[in-house]
Amino acid sequence: MDIFLIVFLVVQVLIITLAVTTGFAYLTWYERRLLARFQNRVGPNRAGPLGLLQPVADAVKLFFKEDVIPTASDKVVYLLAPVLAVMTAIVIWAVIPFGCFNLNGDHTACFDPARRDEVWNALQVAEVNIGILFILAVTSIGVYGITLAGWASNSKYAMLGGIRASAQLISYELAFGMAVLSVVMFGGTLSTWEIVLAQEGLWFFFPLILGFLLFMISATAELVRTPFDLVEAEQELTSGYNTEYGSMKFALFFMSEYIKMIAMSAIATTLFLGGWRFPGLETLGDGVAALAGPWPAAIIVGLVSLGSFLLKVAMFLFMLVWLRASWPRMRYDQLMQFGWKSLLPLAILNLVMIPVVVVLVPDNRYIQTAILFVLGIAAIFGAARIGGRGRVKSKVELVQPVAEGKQASAASSAPASQQTSGVAS
Amino acid sequence: MSFELFMFLVTAAIALAGGVGMIVARNTVHSALFLLLNFFAIAVLFLLLHSPFLFAIQLTIYAGAIMVLFLFVVMLLGVESIEDRTKDRLAGQLWLSVVLTLILMVQAITITLLAEPAESQAQNTALLDQLADPALIGATLFTTYLLPFQITGVILLVGIVGVVVLHQRAHLYGPLSETEREFAEQYAAERTASGQPAEQAS
Repeated sequence: MDIFLIVFLVVQVLIITLAVTTGFAYLTWYERRLLARFQNRVGPNRAGPLGLLQPVADAVKLFFKEDVIPTASDKVVYLLAPVLAVMTAIVIWAVIPFGCFNLNGDHTACFDPARRDEVWNALQVAEVNIGILFILAVTSIGVYGITLAGWASNSKYAMLGGIRASAQLISYELAFGMAVLSVVMFGGTLSTWEIVLAQEGLWFFFPLILGFLLFMISATAELVRTPFDLVEAEQELTSGYNTEYGSMKFALFFMSEYIKMIAMSAIATTLFLGGWRFPGLETLGDGVAALAGPWPAAIIVGLVSLGSFLLKVAMFLFMLVWLRASWPRMRYDQLMQFGWKSLLPLAILNLVMIPVVVVLVPDNRYIQTAILFVLGIAAIFGAARIGGRGRVKSKVELVQPVAEGKQASAASSAPASQQTSGVAS
Repeated sequence: MSFELFMFLVTAAIALAGGVGMIVARNTVHSALFLLLNFFAIAVLFLLLHSPFLFAIQLTIYAGAIMVLFLFVVMLLGVESIEDRTKDRLAGQLWLSVVLTLILMVQAITITLLAEPAESQAQNTALLDQLADPALIGATLFTTYLLPFQITGVILLVGIVGVVVLHQRAHLYGPLSETEREFAEQYAAERTASGQPAEQAS
């Protein structure tokens, strides 16, 4: 291998790692500001304009905190756990295409699956023929950091948090993998690059609407965020698996969580929203190429595709913050029931539905899309109806009959009747 | 020394260290982690053999699923430390293992010595790259090797059914008979009398 290529690869990796870490820092700011908006507060706004220096202040604070290692802990594993957590969160980025900046100076090759060999993309580290499997493998390893942290701390709270986490991550990994596989089935490839190219003119969001929903739910569970965040339910477990971690080691866990959050958004973008594609991108490239030559066109296509990718990722991040602001936490039994009894059957249905439609309606992507879209919506509504039937009824309705006789005379009848009707509904 | 050979030696050393560490470690969780290291190293060996597909499968199945379950069970049951190491449950297993290892080594060395000459290696590499294509692996699995594939599936299904049956044993055997219940109650009473925590009779 050429020594220049190796240096280039190392620089690429460094830039992505730094960018992702900075992205993490500003994601915390983004989330805190947005949450504050949702909750009618102001949020961090003291350090710098709009509070933009807040992440820097937090980082400095965490760096200078005392580094405590509990005496009863298993030291090596205790120190290994945060490293494993961050490592897996960063390694996922290797196979995600951020855009297409062809260093051979020809933007048209970016849009042609047949001309794969002519693309030397500066915006993707590794184009392997098993990109999707790589993502699944790395996410499945991500559970180690959390589990080991819980075990090595030798503390009840951390242990309970760790066990909850491993049970949850194992349960939702199945639905997650199946949702991802639906994209592989429809796109007909395991390479992330070819999946982006296969979404020409039709984002997989539309035919795979059911898969998209399953992906988003199980991804949220994999990220242990609300409503699936009972791994770190502070009322029960103080802080869950990272209770005994302080200083920079805590920051590493925090970091892995948020980097994973960005990574999941990036994966969702790549799989369902056309990755770096943007309507009219090819025409724009052709126009610039006609005016100023191939190199400016390659640069413009690279920049616009990167921008479009980041825009979609930011949208997903907004959605995740929005979810956190508006949902209560699930109970543990609800979590397990939902994962195994609702999500998994739906995922299997999804996996069966796609090949049947693709085989029965050959060679027309748009008719396939229409059928799959309708079937997907029907499945979602059907599942919601069936799932809603088994819901545990609120025990509060036992107090209902009291209001009946006194309703006419009592002055406080209006709020009382409101309450009962609220309970009944 | 070529880059590939260097990588192979480093990875093989790590794999061996993981294997030895797994046996030697006194703590079950440490053993599991050493085994995990071994799995990672073997995954990298698959990469060196031009098979990213097997790399991903190795990580997903062994590292991502099996070891997680092992760890989960060890942590849940709290059986981190092995009580008695001095007693050998299976007499003579040490010597048997030495003999078996020697046979395996002789086999490996013979195969290496009988391997094809170096000039066909470039051709082999090209062939390997072709064979590692996941689409080809899938097609072969579902055509040529369909029967073994289905049989594996049935075996896995048997395992799953077994878990469900074992879990529902009480349900299968029906409620306890009169004598059984009397015995269970007597047993529980004895335990409480002797100061041991009462077990739940099921």
